[in-house]
Amino acid sequence: MIEFRAVTKRFEDGTIAVDELDLTVEAGTITVFVGPSGCGKTTSLRMVNRMIDPTSGTILVDGKDVLTVDPPTLRRGIGYVIQQAGLFPHRTVLDNVATVPLLSGWDRRKARTRAAELLEIVGLDPAFGKRYPAQLSGGQQQRVGVARALAADPPVLLMDEPFSAVDPVVREGLQDELLRLQAELDKTIVFVTHDIDEALKLGERVAVFQTGGHLAQYAKPAELLSAPANDFVASFVGRDRGYRTLTFLHADVPVHPVDTAKLGQRVAVTDWTLVVDDQDRPKGWLSGVDGEIEVSDQDLIAGGSLYDGSTLRGALDAALSSPSALGVTVDDNGAVVGVVRADDVIKALAKARAAGEVPK
Amino acid sequence: MGGWLFDPAHWSGPTGIPVRLLEHLGYTLMTLLIAAVIAIPLGAFVGHTGKGGFVVVGLSNALRALPTTAVLILVVLWAGLGDFPVYVALVLLAIPPIMAGTYAGIRAVDPVTVDAARGVGMRESGVLLKVEIPNALPLIYGGFRGAALQVVATATIAAYTGAGGLGRLVFDGLALQEFGQMLAGAVLVALLAVLVDLGFAGLQRLTVSPGLRPVGTGGKT
Amino acid sequence: MTWIFENWDRFWEVTGVHLRLSVVPVLIGFVLSIPLGWLASRSATARAILFPLANILFTIPSIALIVITPVLIGVKILDEINVIVPLTIYTIALMVRSVADALSAVPGHVTAAANAMGFRPLRRFLTVDFPLALPVTIAGLRVATVSNISMVSVGALVGLGGYGQLFTEGYQTDNTAKVFAGLIGTVVLAVLADGLLLLLGRVLTPWARAGR
Ligand SMILES: Nc1ncnc2c1ncn2[C@@H]1O[C@H](COP(=O)(O)OP(=O)(O)OP(=O)(O)O)[C@@H](O)[C@H]1O
Ligand SMILES: [Mg+2]
Repeated sequence: MIEFRAVTKRFEDGTIAVDELDLTVEAGTITVFVGPSGCGKTTSLRMVNRMIDPTSGTILVDGKDVLTVDPPTLRRGIGYVIQQAGLFPHRTVLDNVATVPLLSGWDRRKARTRAAELLEIVGLDPAFGKRYPAQLSGGQQQRVGVARALAADPPVLLMDEPFSAVDPVVREGLQDELLRLQAELDKTIVFVTHDIDEALKLGERVAVFQTGGHLAQYAKPAELLSAPANDFVASFVGRDRGYRTLTFLHADVPVHPVDTAKLGQRVAVTDWTLVVDDQDRPKGWLSGVDGEIEVSDQDLIAGGSLYDGSTLRGALDAALSSPSALGVTVDDNGAVVGVVRADDVIKALAKARAAGEVPK
Repeated sequence: MGGWLFDPAHWSGPTGIPVRLLEHLGYTLMTLLIAAVIAIPLGAFVGHTGKGGFVVVGLSNALRALPTTAVLILVVLWAGLGDFPVYVALVLLAIPPIMAGTYAGIRAVDPVTVDAARGVGMRESGVLLKVEIPNALPLIYGGFRGAALQVVATATIAAYTGAGGLGRLVFDGLALQEFGQMLAGAVLVALLAVLVDLGFAGLQRLTVSPGLRPVGTGGKT
Repeated sequence: MTWIFENWDRFWEVTGVHLRLSVVPVLIGFVLSIPLGWLASRSATARAILFPLANILFTIPSIALIVITPVLIGVKILDEINVIVPLTIYTIALMVRSVADALSAVPGHVTAAANAMGFRPLRRFLTVDFPLALPVTIAGLRVATVSNISMVSVGALVGLGGYGQLFTEGYQTDNTAKVFAGLIGTVVLAVLADGLLLLLGRVLTPWARAGR
């Protein structure tokens, strides 16, 4: 658990980066600090591991005032990941990951073994261990940065825009990976970003900072969307926040049957028909053909996103992105279960609202 | 013209070419060692703390303007003949490039890397010794090799005050109006400079992390 | 210090010689290094030849070059040209790299824009590339000038003029004050020349400091 108590940071030039911050980060959760550039997110984060010392106020990590601990010792017990990864260019990937265990006095063999383990945990081939940071892609460097922060198994992890320097596809992969890791490791994570989507996706609790170092709202993501504390928060979470709210609703949407055909099969296509492979996984759509044809790859119209039965947002997106306006629903193995319709999603939303599941 | 250089008589005895070469190499290596011991900690300390950078730059420039001949003669007049004046003059010559290289090298280390070093819990000494200096090594070597070239070339004038080294060939040749001997001295000094530089280039390859080589050439993949 | 005032005429005379022997090579070397540096910035082959050559020239001790030059070009050992030629060579060896680096560092989009506006190559070089390369070039020129001023003294070891004469005469007559006077003269001259070039650089490239 991390507690900020009336924490203020005023820099020598008079800038007030953090103003009277009161906030408690619960143990074992991902808490996201989000806000526009210069609002004091990084400063707040860096005060936890004493990269910056507060001007006034107290920060407690697991009940202990950080100012009473000598900074290097404190930092070895807190993982720290930064935007540019900050890997040591002169050390191999493996030695980078082994840094903190070595600093903490582990013997070299044990530290290296642990480092190799960690590479696997963050989804990197241990063969990467021999490379130098310059030989990795940005996304791979970030994974190494996370591995380095986790190496000594610290209970607390500070992450400052760790994924913002990589492209959107890689970023999404890293985010999913972090959620998977957290499900296993159960760390207390403070994650800084200025990307509201990232905040809503990762955060169990989200602290929205306002320029000038004020905490504007500290709440669960769904609540932030449905009940922004003020105009600043409302505009920061964005205009399409109604659509984003769907991310947090798990209401049932009726799944309808759909006509399917296998590749190579001879069929007469009248209505939209979903073409599947031998394992029943969707390949694409067929529509409006004269008479009977043998289904081949060339006839297929590419499908939209797939719905895995989780949130209303996924269902709506599947329906909206499908050429047939039918959102393909799949099971855990990727096999087709049926289709969902956009109007059913809207009905489900209305039902949820009537039942008071959508916070006002 | 090359006759003097290849005359076997000049390759033996206490004043033979091998002896002069070794003397010259001795001056050079000893000078570089002393200069490095003084200049690297100074440059590293100032580079690390970021305070007093103008002192390092100013001191380097002032020392660069100092004529080595005058320093050599002054120290001889004060302390008498011998190797000591040679070392004073050459060390003063070698300090500026090594100090400037070290300072520039430390300052050029990516601040993000240094921040990360503190972030993982290194103490200041660790930040300097385990991160800043290893990353500054290419530039430190740059300054050091520049100093080595200058020292090899300038050690020649040590012979003016009667000390040894390849400068003996130049000054003795000058006194005897023996052009072949002077030329031999010049050629041997240039050759020695190239060899010394090659030696340090090899040392650099061995001690600088492959991770710091330009992308695509470092390490195994 | 007192030696300087008691022997003002002599001091003034060697100062003049010293200045001439160090400034002339800098000027000649600078002018010659511009086309060479340009060549090195344009062609990898030229670079592969010029840079190692410059390095090797630099390793030849100045005293050796000073005593060899008269034999090679057939003049007397006491001719001033014997200092001017070696120092010119050193200046070129230093400046070729500076000029080449400076020209290579001119942003590609700037030269492209100049080409697009219809500059002819020589005009573009004189009015766009070279001015933009000036800050780095002048930094190189400062190093060359200071090291030349310090190196001229070596000529005195074979009997040539400049402050070096005060060193050798002081050495032979055990006159520390005289050596000291020469040393002070050299350092002051170097500092003055360096400051002058720094100032010149600022005046010539006002844009380099704009917006800082
Ligand atoms: N060392 C410093 N000295 C003076 N002011 C500083 C210093 N570090 C940060 N600031 C100022 O403090 C404020 C908060 O900075 P901080 O880095 O915490 O912002 P941030 O929320 O992390 O922004 P970003 O999203 O751009 O990273 C800014 O106005 C910044 O200019
Ligand atoms: Mg920040």
